[in-house]
Amino acid sequence: MTALLELENLRKHFPVGRTGWPSKAAPSFVHAVDDVSLAVQPGETLGLVGESGCGKSTLVRLITRLLDVTGGKIWFNRRELAEVPARLFARDDDRAHIQMVFQDAGESINPRFTAADAIADPLRRLLGLRGAALRSRIEEAALQCGLPLELLGRFPHQLSGGQRARVGIARAIGTRPRLLILDEPTAALDVSVQVTVLKLLQTLKVDLGLSYIFVSHDLNVVRLLCDRVVVMYLGRIVETGPARAVFETPLHPYTRSLVAAVPRLDGPRPDAPRLVGDPRSPIDPDPNACRFYGRCPVGVARCGTEMPALRDFGGGRDVACHLAEGPG
Amino acid sequence: MTSTSTINATVSHIRFVLGENPVTLGAAMLFAAFLVMAAAGGVLAPYDPLASDTMRALQAPTWQHWFGTDQLGRDILSRVIVAARVDIGIALASVTLVFAAGGLAGLAAGFFGGWVDAVIGRIADNIMAFPLFILAMGIVAALGNTIPNIVLATAIINFPLYARVARAETMTRREAGFVDAARLSGHRDGALLLTQVLPNIMPIMVVQMSLTMGYAILNAAGLSFIGLGVRPPTAEWGIMVAEGASFIVSGEWWIALFPGATLMLAVFCFNLLGDGLRDIVDPRRRT
Amino acid sequence: MMAPTTDVLRVEDLSVAFQTRGGLVRALDRVGFTVGAGQTMALVGESGSGKSVTAYAVMGLLETAGRVTGGRAFLGQTDLLATPPRTMARIRGRRIAMIFQNPRAALNPIRAVGKQIADVLLRHGGATRSNARDRAIEALRAVGIPDPARRAKAYPFELSGGMCQRVMIAIAVAARPDLLIADEPTTGLDVTTQAVVMDLIGAMARGSGMATILITHDLALAAERANRIAVMHAGHMVEEADTATLLARPRHPYTARLIAATPTAAGSLASLQSVPGGLPDLRQADRLHCRYAGRCERRQDACDAVLTMRPAAPGHAVACWNPL
Repeated sequence: MTALLELENLRKHFPVGRTGWPSKAAPSFVHAVDDVSLAVQPGETLGLVGESGCGKSTLVRLITRLLDVTGGKIWFNRRELAEVPARLFARDDDRAHIQMVFQDAGESINPRFTAADAIADPLRRLLGLRGAALRSRIEEAALQCGLPLELLGRFPHQLSGGQRARVGIARAIGTRPRLLILDEPTAALDVSVQVTVLKLLQTLKVDLGLSYIFVSHDLNVVRLLCDRVVVMYLGRIVETGPARAVFETPLHPYTRSLVAAVPRLDGPRPDAPRLVGDPRSPIDPDPNACRFYGRCPVGVARCGTEMPALRDFGGGRDVACHLAEGPG
Repeated sequence: MTSTSTINATVSHIRFVLGENPVTLGAAMLFAAFLVMAAAGGVLAPYDPLASDTMRALQAPTWQHWFGTDQLGRDILSRVIVAARVDIGIALASVTLVFAAGGLAGLAAGFFGGWVDAVIGRIADNIMAFPLFILAMGIVAALGNTIPNIVLATAIINFPLYARVARAETMTRREAGFVDAARLSGHRDGALLLTQVLPNIMPIMVVQMSLTMGYAILNAAGLSFIGLGVRPPTAEWGIMVAEGASFIVSGEWWIALFPGATLMLAVFCFNLLGDGLRDIVDPRRRT
Repeated sequence: MMAPTTDVLRVEDLSVAFQTRGGLVRALDRVGFTVGAGQTMALVGESGSGKSVTAYAVMGLLETAGRVTGGRAFLGQTDLLATPPRTMARIRGRRIAMIFQNPRAALNPIRAVGKQIADVLLRHGGATRSNARDRAIEALRAVGIPDPARRAKAYPFELSGGMCQRVMIAIAVAARPDLLIADEPTTGLDVTTQAVVMDLIGAMARGSGMATILITHDLALAAERANRIAVMHAGHMVEEADTATLLARPRHPYTARLIAATPTAAGSLASLQSVPGGLPDLRQADRLHCRYAGRCERRQDACDAVLTMRPAAPGHAVACWNPL
């Protein structure tokens, strides 16, 4: 099976402070994404989790080609996209194939656009649809997302949170993309609405043959929706594997603390230490130390002198930790 | 199907805002009156504004001459009405000019940042470094005493104001989710700026426009007042105040008062209108 | 297993209305609950349920359009709703403290955090000019901030969101209040930080016998941190019980729906259920009957009667005419 999307050692470094002239000091870089490799298979939902500042938002902007890469490759449908400048990707043929559902639908719909305008925008620009063809595609997308057609003339502020989320999804699926990035699509919603939106996304995935990258900090939701999950810490992947396995038997100490911190209604709480303190600085991090070292509850001296690489633990699981042991 | 319902919604919203805010309604009616004066001043004026009649010079307000007559016996009411075209015309032209130039410059500065922002910021700072009215005087004096030059001078001194408002408003929206969403919809930066960001900063720019309208009228009248603007015998509020000023000491107050009061009313009207417009153009108030 | 506690706060029949353009909105209708010393009561509900309004009304901090139209809120012997604003201002900060979502916005951005804590200690905490600084550093240490002497000199923008919330907690508990109101204190924080902050709030409450009201939309968070949970819907309190009972045997249909909609560690997507329908229009006059009836699958004719909170079991109250 060929992957729909494959990232190869993807890196993104942002310069910080005054760089170059007139300052003589060497420029510093925030290592937002470092050496990230992953693959998304057709029809798969890949979860992307991690704390704020772990680089998942930057990674999303790289994959959606809103941002130029510092290094590495992005293979999409066997085509290398990283070499296309983000500036030019707006008119690229694959623009229609990689779309995104934004975190806050209220904020990601232009407040001066009606729902119909918002859904129409990519159809007009990317597919060149006009008139009746445009109209019918807008209505098709709206109906697929359970958005009543009489709401199409409304502005975002006249819609409820759930309705706005549906507009955001309708806009994203209108161009019939292959890959959809879902950036915390239910974070702004109440639980009662969240469920319907999650189920809608699940239905759409099957009906339209989509692949998802699902970004969320709500591990419970990730677990329910995702086939596989990637856990990031300070720009690097620390653990990846089948979603259920990773949440039931996390192998990386960071994943263990992350899973243990999730509030749950009942059931035994996994025993793992709390993560105290803040992550270390992402500016010019020591290339020879584990990024989690210092905050890690189990770290040893070796972690400060040797960056752990992702190791295969079988069953599709990879963990970047010197101390990790196989499940069971 | 949406267009009619949108128009209906807009009309009912305007009606709602005006109903809630009678001051805006008053200002809007006053504005309409000024527009009528500007458009049809020649027809409305009871007398020829330029016809002097020394027999009737310096008459106080009467039933024949509501605003009295000036030192040449010209009817002041007629002159005030006819002057509306000159004053409001200059103000509208200059505000439209600076709205386009300052707005686009601020939009670009706020969106692209970097050297674009630096260059536009320096230009604005340099204009601001002068006392604005003196700068306007200098521009008109250097380029010549014509109406296009008054328009240009008024536009230039307002440039920093527009550029800064547009820049600040753009910057708060540059990171908004809908900007990224537009990129995913296939917009390049230029199109994105004009079709996505610009409509969002329009409300505040229109308010700015209405507020500076008053300012622009004052500026044009001020230039004329000191002799650098429109030249006599053209009817213009600033000149009329200037001509009347010397008569106040001898008791002929009406020559300066009526054009002055009209000027004040115009400025007042635009400022009030600005507040009302903000409510009308902001879709978030449309409930 | 737990010693009987004294009530710190007792709210009775609290009603609040907001005057809006569209008419009078009855945001709260006869809400009542008690919080005991050292206890944590969670107010759980979706947006628009009135959980925050309850807290703001008790604190005397309703915005100008809002008005308390009835009820009492006793802090000890004092009815807070009948207390003049000037006295309320003294009670807030000294006997009731509050922490908010978005702690950075609640801190003064141009004053070092140590100074901000010292200010509160001077005003409410009995500190003197000479020891305020040391006590502020001590307070930062108590909320688990590493290197407190150095952090005391930091400004809010230099600290992470979790750190800022800890500073807020240090400020809130500085005067050893009887009651802490935590309004979505960890919304917007990472889950690992949330755990640390909630641990801290719990430890503070246990250490001082402070009562806590935890306002949250996250039923799982409430389940983990509160002794008792009150579920709110559209300005009504619909069910109130100790945490284990409420989760295991919910009596109100809405509570049951809410639990079924919460993505727990055990469910699958298919087993998650949504809550059908939306909030009713609260502008209609005198809606004293059930506000959930329009969404409820157990609705019957009796539901048109005036709704009151009734005991379903000892320590378990439900506002439903046809409970589960």
